[in-house]
Amino acid sequence: MTNKYSESLERKIKETTKLGLDVVKEAAEDRLMTLSVGPQHPGSGHFRFTIKVDGDYIVYCDPDPGYVHRGEEKMCEYRNFIQNIPHLERPVIHDSTNITYSYSLAVEELLGIEVPRRGQFIRAIASELNRQVYTLYWLAIYGIFLGHSTMFMWPAGDRELFIDLLAALTGARVTHAFNIPGGVRNDMPEGFKEKCLEYINYFEKRLKEYEDIFYNNPLFRQRTENVGILPKEDAIDLGVTGSVLRASGVPHDVRKVEPYDVYNEIDFKVQYMKTCDSFARAYVPFLDMRESCNITRQLLDKMPESGEVRLKLQSNPKGLIGEAYKRVESGRGALSYYIVSDGSSKPYRVKISVGSFRNILALPHLLVGSHLGDMPSIYWALNYWPVEADR
Amino acid sequence: MTDVNNDRKETTSNLNIVEPDLNIEHSLYSELSSKFKDKVQLVYTKPNRIKVYVEPEHIIEVAFFLKSQLGLDHAESVCGTDYPNENVIEVIYHLNSYSHEELASIIFALSTKTDRNSSYLPSLLPVFKSVEYHERETYEMLGVYFQGHPRNERFLLPEDWADIPPLKKDFRIKGR
Amino acid sequence: MIKDLINPTNFNLMVSKVSDVLVGALDKPLGYAINWGRIWSLWPVHLETACCSVEFGATSSPRYDCERFGIIEAFGSLRQCDLIVVQGTVTRKMAPRLRMVYDQMPDPKYVIAMGACSITGGLYIDSYNVLPGVDGILPVDVYVPGCPPRPETLIQGCMLLQEKIKRSKIK
Repeated sequence: MTNKYSESLERKIKETTKLGLDVVKEAAEDRLMTLSVGPQHPGSGHFRFTIKVDGDYIVYCDPDPGYVHRGEEKMCEYRNFIQNIPHLERPVIHDSTNITYSYSLAVEELLGIEVPRRGQFIRAIASELNRQVYTLYWLAIYGIFLGHSTMFMWPAGDRELFIDLLAALTGARVTHAFNIPGGVRNDMPEGFKEKCLEYINYFEKRLKEYEDIFYNNPLFRQRTENVGILPKEDAIDLGVTGSVLRASGVPHDVRKVEPYDVYNEIDFKVQYMKTCDSFARAYVPFLDMRESCNITRQLLDKMPESGEVRLKLQSNPKGLIGEAYKRVESGRGALSYYIVSDGSSKPYRVKISVGSFRNILALPHLLVGSHLGDMPSIYWALNYWPVEADR
Repeated sequence: MTDVNNDRKETTSNLNIVEPDLNIEHSLYSELSSKFKDKVQLVYTKPNRIKVYVEPEHIIEVAFFLKSQLGLDHAESVCGTDYPNENVIEVIYHLNSYSHEELASIIFALSTKTDRNSSYLPSLLPVFKSVEYHERETYEMLGVYFQGHPRNERFLLPEDWADIPPLKKDFRIKGR
Repeated sequence: MIKDLINPTNFNLMVSKVSDVLVGALDKPLGYAINWGRIWSLWPVHLETACCSVEFGATSSPRYDCERFGIIEAFGSLRQCDLIVVQGTVTRKMAPRLRMVYDQMPDPKYVIAMGACSITGGLYIDSYNVLPGVDGILPVDVYVPGCPPRPETLIQGCMLLQEKIKRSKIK
């Protein structure tokens, strides 16, 4: 518990010392009220957690996910490697390139193939654009949780530009089915590179406006600074990942630590902050977006002019006997796949380890001892997408 | 199958093959085996990946050694796989390190096996705090009871689930 | 003659004839006015069921503005809403809560089933935790197909719902 709750409890105990400690405890338990922040709630999304409050302080929290559990891992065992792509991108529908990127990397290791170089670059560009789309939606919902409806409209509108780019590249707004084991489905259309650079230049100017209206807003700062402090040792112990980890002072990014595809040729810095509070967890994705513009420019520069984008496989490829574990940095953190294959054309076991499911452990840890009014800013700053955590 | 083989031969002959040095992985295993002699068994080493098999009785002391001496401080995921042919369920802990830079890219897979019909395993919660919800999910999906875990309850499935654990191979999806 | 009129049977006849005339004169304009009020302020409940909720959020974005139709997501209580958009897959865990939310809404209420998963189960029809379509538990007015439907498709679905409300009779 943080200092605020224990101080207030000590004061109450001092006031009623004549009655003795047992009576105070009993009176305190009588005062507890159980709230269910359920699936139909303006502040929770498709997720439920039960909290017990004592006045304004939260005393107990218990998450209860599973409202969108669709059995992805079981369904993977009934379809072959390529048929698995459409339903595996539905857990995070607006960041679908990253969740299929990791799957393709693992399956390519199991099939023993390598993707041509231009295909690797196109995959990385689509992944970076999708990261922007996801982070802008996350910012939009953050704005509306705190009541800042301009911060809902601006990112939701700017996001449409990137969705247009992705629709020109892949053919669909959100569910691309673009990454498959072996590369990407199609080549880039004509004029994509110039359009992409134009949008990125416009977007970088918009980022400055976001900073003015949202991050430098004194109300936002009061609501999120020094709220929900997660020290560095606790963050490492609980095994959180992604922007939550980088906001607690650990500069860990899968693209830097274990570069996959062409990320070892790109020069970028890992963005992290040391203040460990909710404001840092809201600011690190913003810094990531800025860095992502930089990475996309380098990728577009270094891409080979022409070449194959896909290694054509036969229609029912059989995997080698063995297992593969691959991970990718998505908008929420490290997304890893563990696939076991027994030599047939369907995987034997697919295990998806998502950033949201690992970050949920920090929710009871942070909510206990804080004010009830801080709940939206703590909960959404953990970068938790309920559909992905339930798979 | 032949098409894939031919493609693989073409691509590998064009690249310069650099044999990955597995020094770090082998040094990790040698430190582990020097302490535990024949309680641990190496399954494979690949670039940045290493898998070791331990019996369920010794898994807590091996995990404690990995955390305190080698510096692997959290678990990325806990995966259970059902092998009805060998009559075992295999549970693998994928460990990684945030605090030690040279180990940040290595995933250490610690695996153990248990009988399929009465599956009990000691829980690694006292050693790694990050496995709490992963072990609970493995309990409800595969039926593996973790001794020492405070809440072996259903987590993602609905409250009125009355069937066998879904990820076992006996559970067939309707119509397939 | 007035005594004849105030006779009970004759009085009943006269009242019923007058009420017929009144209903015939006022039904159409009054019904039109009430329906007009209902059409242009459909407030959906803030309940996201699954992944189609992202496209529902995009419908409120500045490009495909649905506020011009009066569809504002009421972030307050659900007792002020009259539309429930079932966005995506309905799992067995979510189904009782969905029915509870529907029962708590005041009359008149409308249901739009959005996305292939809420119409027939969609891509996830062979999963162990998914209901094959939501029309087993809720009476659906409009079905909007797609996976996920584009925002323009959702707006067309809302316009179809508006046509349906216009044709309904007021009692």
